[in-house]
Amino acid sequence: MEKNRYKDLVNKHTPKENRLYNIMVAFITGGLMGLLGEFLIQVYSYFLNIPSKEASTFMIITLVLFGTLFTSLGFFDKWVNFAKSGLIIPITGFAHAMMSASLEYRKEGLVTGIGTNMFKLAGSVIIFGTVSAYLVGLIRLILFGG
Amino acid sequence: MTFKYNNVYINETSTVVGPYEKKGPLNNYFDKSYDDLYFGTKTWEQAEMKLIEESVNILLKKLKKNRFDIDLHISGDLLNQIVASNYAAARLGIPFLGVYSACASSVEGLILGANMIEADQIKNCICSASSHNNAAEKQFRNPVEYGGPKPKTATFTTTGGASAYLSSNKKGIKIESSTIGTVQDLGITDAFHMGAIMAPAAGDTIYQHLNDLKREIDYYDLILTGDLGVYGKKILVDYMQTEYGIELKNYDDTATIIYDLDEQPVYAGGSGCACAPLVTYGYIFRKMHKNEYRRILLVATGALLSTTMVNQKLSIPSIAHAISLEVIE
Repeated sequence: MEKNRYKDLVNKHTPKENRLYNIMVAFITGGLMGLLGEFLIQVYSYFLNIPSKEASTFMIITLVLFGTLFTSLGFFDKWVNFAKSGLIIPITGFAHAMMSASLEYRKEGLVTGIGTNMFKLAGSVIIFGTVSAYLVGLIRLILFGG
Repeated sequence: MTFKYNNVYINETSTVVGPYEKKGPLNNYFDKSYDDLYFGTKTWEQAEMKLIEESVNILLKKLKKNRFDIDLHISGDLLNQIVASNYAAARLGIPFLGVYSACASSVEGLILGANMIEADQIKNCICSASSHNNAAEKQFRNPVEYGGPKPKTATFTTTGGASAYLSSNKKGIKIESSTIGTVQDLGITDAFHMGAIMAPAAGDTIYQHLNDLKREIDYYDLILTGDLGVYGKKILVDYMQTEYGIELKNYDDTATIIYDLDEQPVYAGGSGCACAPLVTYGYIFRKMHKNEYRRILLVATGALLSTTMVNQKLSIPSIAHAISLEVIE
């Protein structure tokens, strides 16, 4: 059978993913994460009496802490499975990616296991995050002068 | 390539499984099961090694034999350098052949062993296969705790080890014939759709087998593929009809038997080297002994997946080997 004909045959029997449902779940859970983040910023800046820029760093630390903690306790992957991009895209996803890779390779040594594999998933986030931040900054500099 | 055998029998089998299989519908058919995924070892790779070692030891105990009575041990698994098999073999100390054809390894082992027994080169052999859910996830996909959303077509690697003892003693189930398959590649690149990758290999091997032996499909009471999953099964039925004009009637797939697909979170069903032999050795053999099936064709299918080659944008090839099993007259 030719590859194209086989592809049609396969598509006929492959179930459609419920994209609209997945998008809605990710949108709502992602939105709730944003709401939680904003709430934390307000709380920190109000109670600790610090500017919101500093409070947002505190917020990030808090979310990363709970992301890694929940991953280590073994149930964050189930949440991710449900919320999908709603939890993967926020900073919690980054923490989750680092922590899960570290856990996976912890038996293979500090350097050869955890050190080498920690950024297995998160590495590309850092690379492309930095590159795109640089490019956007450059565009902003050219268009608006900084 | 098809072989016929006059004098090869599967005398005895053994199965060891993990917690997901224990919770599945076939629990009563396994020899031993565990509630966790480590089995007292420190890592998943070592746990898989233990699955093979333990299944061989249970088999030897059932046979009342020791390792010096066994001429050859053939084993395969999914891990890089088939470490589970190699390390288990190091502990078992039986002359050893390691095999790899992904999830078709179990039947590849049976074919090799059957041929050597038929040729009188060896008196007996043990053929094993194993897979471990977390070890496979770690190697082929993302870290286990990462989870990561999967499509409905994804399959769930079974955790288990299965061994069979082959000899020319007329006891158990007869190995009647076998067919070595050719590697197929119909351009599927989706590593989460193993059924689509492997269905052409299964189809080709079944067709070649029937053609070589001049048989009709209804010669067999059951055609059993392992393991295409819910959607791969539908694809194979359609593929056999359109490509070869063969209607698959008495057909089932081990991926859809080993788990409760409605209750367990296994997507399209089971997969892994152990899936086909776990279902066949326990459940199907029991049915054969009760004469519910007299002749079955077990077609183990393997997706020859390599993450390196997938990243290099090549499609995923697959292979299937078939073995014809009969109740002794």
